[in-house]
Amino acid sequence: MSEPVLAASHLSAVSDRDRAVILHDVSLEVRRGETRGLVGESGAGKSTIAKAILGILPRTVRITGGAVRFEGVDLMTMPTHARRRLIGEKIALIPQDPLTALNPSRRIEAQLTDGLRLQRGLDTRAARARGLALLDEVQIQAPERVLRSFPHELSGGMRQRVLIASAFALEPRLIVADEPTTALDVTVQKQILRLIRAMQSAHGTAVLFVTHDLGVVAQICDSVTLLFAGRVVEAGRTADLLTAPRRPYTRALIEASPRYDRPDAGLRPIPDEVVAGLRAELAASNQASP
Amino acid sequence: MTGEILIADDIEVVYGARKGLFGAAKPGVKVLHGVSLRIGRGETVGIVGESGSGKTTLGRALLRLVDVATGQIRFDGAEITRMPEAAMRPLRRRMQLIFQDPMASLNPRHSIRRIVSEPMLFHAVARDAVDAEIRARAIFDRFSLPAACLDRYPHELSGGQRQRVGIARAALLAPDFVLADEIVSGLDVSTQAQVLNLLKGLTRDLGLSMAFISHDLSVIRAICDRVYVLRNGRIVEEGGCEEIFASPKSEYTRALLDAIPLPRIDPGWLARGSGVADAVEENGAK
Repeated sequence: MSEPVLAASHLSAVSDRDRAVILHDVSLEVRRGETRGLVGESGAGKSTIAKAILGILPRTVRITGGAVRFEGVDLMTMPTHARRRLIGEKIALIPQDPLTALNPSRRIEAQLTDGLRLQRGLDTRAARARGLALLDEVQIQAPERVLRSFPHELSGGMRQRVLIASAFALEPRLIVADEPTTALDVTVQKQILRLIRAMQSAHGTAVLFVTHDLGVVAQICDSVTLLFAGRVVEAGRTADLLTAPRRPYTRALIEASPRYDRPDAGLRPIPDEVVAGLRAELAASNQASP
Repeated sequence: MTGEILIADDIEVVYGARKGLFGAAKPGVKVLHGVSLRIGRGETVGIVGESGSGKTTLGRALLRLVDVATGQIRFDGAEITRMPEAAMRPLRRRMQLIFQDPMASLNPRHSIRRIVSEPMLFHAVARDAVDAEIRARAIFDRFSLPAACLDRYPHELSGGQRQRVGIARAALLAPDFVLADEIVSGLDVSTQAQVLNLLKGLTRDLGLSMAFISHDLSVIRAICDRVYVLRNGRIVEEGGCEEIFASPKSEYTRALLDAIPLPRIDPGWLARGSGVADAVEENGAK
């Protein structure tokens, strides 16, 4: 098998504020063309991992061990300027909130073509042509009008399409999608998921898909890493994790999701003893590993 | 007593209209177009729709928090459509609202004790502070909230705890009707399940009527007896949960159901789509 595009190994992090363990010995890989879901409840550490990859961890969070390799190069020890260049060019982000991610006072054209002009050295005309092609690729009906628009003139779904176009603009190897559909209506969510999938297959991009929604994971992720309290609970093929979960916590999390198709199932809160059992198990495995 | 606790008849709500006394008259934007709905005693009714469908406005109109332009609203037999606020006041206790974001609806400067006690004293549900304390402790116990929470401030509680405090505050006033607007959308699934189960038990034990607004049909299915599907300010489908989920009549309802990703392997899901959903997105473009 080919070398993974992204490989985090034995990543650990603590909060400097209260010495709390934020990540403990987390390993995960994303390969070319693969979508890996990174799931967990709030506070599980999924966005800390995304931030560590993108180099935007808050100052209070300190990486205490492990490595994050992108195409074999450790991102954690890379000089800042080299890393900044890499992020944007080879690693891109699709953010959660498409409104705050766009600058309200700049037109879409300027924002979409920043990377093309600054990193690729395209002139305004060439960047504009590429921008139009990108908007066309994300199935925006009137790309010229959208290029001239300001973010507030677009709907949430349209903004998210613009950000997807922007993420793919420089043909990155890895895309970190951080809850990209959480703020959207379900019908729009489905179109955005479909679009991310199509763009990824066309470009062979590796995608790390951060979400709290196991339904979204089931429909878009090839593989999945489930986190709890900064530790990996279970990882594997999505189908295996959903149909034959190895840990009681995984099973309980699946059973807590509401299901319109099976009103008798779902909506079962995770039992306290399952959570306690998982904590004990994870604590024991900590002592076993150095 | 049987029958309906709340009836809305052909209501319309218009935002931003202005009469032409000084300056030009403005027609405003109509957000509800002739909506009729009824909520039976002890019944939990779902109101589902996407952003901009008018579901929150509908909820606010039912509680007389926004005025309706035309139509009629009846609460427990009394017409309240244009009832003056003074006359409304005794009814206010009987119709309560649980908010979407408890962080925004619970005063950050007040202790939880004050947040849950003040409404009881204002509406004379509790005789005095001691009585209010006893009632608060009883419901906290029922909701698995530690009594120590009473001394805390909203930011010191978890999201699930805050939402339970919001429900407790409403329930302590012994209302007949509760409006819950997107109250579980920001919560983890396990916490969401806890809050919904708690709400289910509460409506059952107190014979409470509830309107439950949500964009999530899976959640509606879990908690509601009947459902109204709202789109662009109009009701496009209504009926019992069983029948609507088994065989939706409206294209739009079917598109909404089809768009929900379920935690099961379904290889065709992503490719499967309906033209309705795409039309919705195009409408969503400003």
